Amino acid sequence: MSEGKVVLGLVVPAHPHPLLCPEKNPGWARLREAYEQARLIIEESEAEIILIYSTLWISIIGHQFQGLKNPEWVHVDHDFHYLGSMPYKFLIDTNFAENLCNSAKSRGLESRVVSYNGFPIDTGTVVALSLLNPDNRIPAGICSSNMYSNRAETIVLGKSANDAIKRSGKKVAVVVVSSLSNRMFTEPIKPHEDKIHSQKDDEWNRKILQFLDEGRLEDVSQLSREIHQQIRVQKVVSFKPMWWLAGVMGQHNNFSGKVHAYEPVHGAGCAIASLIPISDNVENKEYDEDDVEEYKGDREVLDIPKFEDTVNFSDDEPEINEIKNVEGSLSTTRAPKPVGAYPHARKVGNLLYLSGVGPRQAKSNAIPGGPIRNLEGEPLNYDMRAQTIACIENIKTILEDSGSCLEDVVDVTSFLINMQRDFKDYNEIYADYFGEIKPTRTTLEIRGLPTPIAVEMKVIAKLKD
Amino acid sequence: MELLISPLTRFEEIGAPLMELSTTLRHYHTSYEFFQWVHVPVPTRGSMGGGRIVAGLLAPHPPHLVYAENPPQNEPIAECGWETLRWGYERMRKELENIDYDVIVILSPHWQTYIGTHFLGLKNFKSLSVDPIFPNLFRYHYDLEIDVELAKMIHDEAKSNGLSVKMMENPDFRVDYGTITSCHLTNPAWDKPIVSISSNRSVHYYSVEVMQEMMIQLGEATRNAIWKSGKKAVVISSNSLSHRHFVSESEIPEDMSKEHITNHSQYLWDMKMINMMKSGKTKELVEMMPEFTEQSVAETDGGALTWMLSSLDFPTYPATIHEYGTIIGTGNAIASWNTNDERRKIKGVSHE
Repeated sequence: MSEGKVVLGLVVPAHPHPLLCPEKNPGWARLREAYEQARLIIEESEAEIILIYSTLWISIIGHQFQGLKNPEWVHVDHDFHYLGSMPYKFLIDTNFAENLCNSAKSRGLESRVVSYNGFPIDTGTVVALSLLNPDNRIPAGICSSNMYSNRAETIVLGKSANDAIKRSGKKVAVVVVSSLSNRMFTEPIKPHEDKIHSQKDDEWNRKILQFLDEGRLEDVSQLSREIHQQIRVQKVVSFKPMWWLAGVMGQHNNFSGKVHAYEPVHGAGCAIASLIPISDNVENKEYDEDDVEEYKGDREVLDIPKFEDTVNFSDDEPEINEIKNVEGSLSTTRAPKPVGAYPHARKVGNLLYLSGVGPRQAKSNAIPGGPIRNLEGEPLNYDMRAQTIACIENIKTILEDSGSCLEDVVDVTSFLINMQRDFKDYNEIYADYFGEIKPTRTTLEIRGLPTPIAVEMKVIAKLKD
Repeated sequence: MELLISPLTRFEEIGAPLMELSTTLRHYHTSYEFFQWVHVPVPTRGSMGGGRIVAGLLAPHPPHLVYAENPPQNEPIAECGWETLRWGYERMRKELENIDYDVIVILSPHWQTYIGTHFLGLKNFKSLSVDPIFPNLFRYHYDLEIDVELAKMIHDEAKSNGLSVKMMENPDFRVDYGTITSCHLTNPAWDKPIVSISSNRSVHYYSVEVMQEMMIQLGEATRNAIWKSGKKAVVISSNSLSHRHFVSESEIPEDMSKEHITNHSQYLWDMKMINMMKSGKTKELVEMMPEFTEQSVAETDGGALTWMLSSLDFPTYPATIHEYGTIIGTGNAIASWNTNDERRKIKGVSHE
């Protein structure tokens, strides 16, 4: 299975007017036409999944992913109820939803899949999916916008979505649903009276669109706090969509951008813009202190932490002997540091033998899904799915840095510390990664591993010619 | 016509039926001991009016309380949870059993509107409400009746006060879970019609101060409309106090060993507000609201508490605090202002 990728990014507005009453205002009609252009671009991109991030789906308990296969409802907007109802029935890629959730967990984010009949899908998502994918030809993924998450956390969320996209092996169009300036008129207006709320809002909107038109996503992402200050109503939720989009698509300016429409809707700035990845463009990414790989914030406020994201192994960690030029031995700084005198991998002939690999993270020693015990040796709850994902991702990294890849794995030996508790989760994640590769496999239960992890895997792979 | 009466004046002496008179008294003093004379406008017989607010309630709406109770309308099943708060609601319901009322008027922060204040404007709404934050706890099948006549009267009164208002008449509209939760916990029999008012988010566009001004106006409009309607109403502010949530959920949501206030400063703020309620300092409470709202990320930003206290004309008598407790880290007080108390009739909701 080849790696999945983002083929297209879109910015679309959340207001229902282009869906419900485009005929009432020429600007709303132009937005509707631009939606149609965006739909065609998605078709041309051959996207197999549409992934939506809507600023109107607010979550508080971590990050949520829609997991119901066919959510169906008749939606009515809280403010614009008089414009009419929005019946919908969408097609959700439920495996991809699980994949998104697990990827977020493996980067330290509190996450869950929601799969309930009648779960309220927000106006923005309903409008975007109804217009971009009217026949449900392409399955969708939908993720929430956490009201407390800051820039670093939102970027990590974006990166985790990118992990999920890669793992899916599919082409994905990512869509952020958000207005630019979002100050609406607080009184009813007639359709023909619509305009951007203020000249200042209009000028900022045009600046953002100039950047997007030039493909400068990272620049807009870095300006998001300023944009929020200048043209967004000051509430708890800040202007996050560009952080997430940059996290998913890549934190750079290497895109071919195009603005398809920019119009006011009840005073707010609404635009439809597309970004297609290209090999090079304006390379001017600045130093970014919020660019982190895992979420390690201090948001855990329950009495007993679910996991400790950094574990000190000093008491039982053996001295690591330097691996000195032993023929065929390979180690990489992108994989967790070995806890003994062994390399990550060793080449013999056209085969690559890997040492046992666990879920620990390369630099931080964090254990996605949490350690199985605390420093006092007391057992902790942990997430086997997140541990298994992290474990396989580490294997993938070592393989790639050693001249092989996951698709070339021919044999796997897995060690679980609790077969009864963990086998099902482990087995499902394993199938996500190896289901089509089909290496031989042996799974054993063992009493313990040197670090507080629940799973370790050892693989043999073919080397590329 | 205007009379000068003492608090001890018998209602019959001035020729007005008890209910009518009690709704027209207005206080001009600041303590709840009413030893002074007051000017009282008395409606002439045959005029419209005579309605009144018989109680004001602070009734928070965490879905956890409905979940823990296992009513037949809610799909998820709980073992237990948040008993002290639920017992507090029981005490409040007991108090309401002794109060005669026709309608519940409620403002919930979870029907958020940015273009004015909206009112449910159809006779009946029936659907499934799923909490977007806690869908694992709240999937409630509701079937409720709206007092459209009163809703329209409040709408018109607010409009004439200069507020931007709109009736919501789309039959597919889903009623917000805050309204449903507070109404269920206050009146689980659902045997009274309600008036459901949206939360205008002027606080986002302007400031808490502007929100307060608008909600004070809306409270006055509500009081006046109720008086004109001739109905007896319970007004509900559907909100918690401090509102800094936990951002993760216990594996067992009703695991009470995990429940506590998110931080000490929130607790201090909650106690400050509750003590003001207990000592009848509701005007002071409203004056402190901007600071409270900012410091404790309070749900009072939705305007419901300011609106409710304004509709009661800022009671100077003590509220009954039925309970205080935390839900996933937020501070929740269940309180009532019973305007039927004999001593409070002179202080109660009035109309000029």
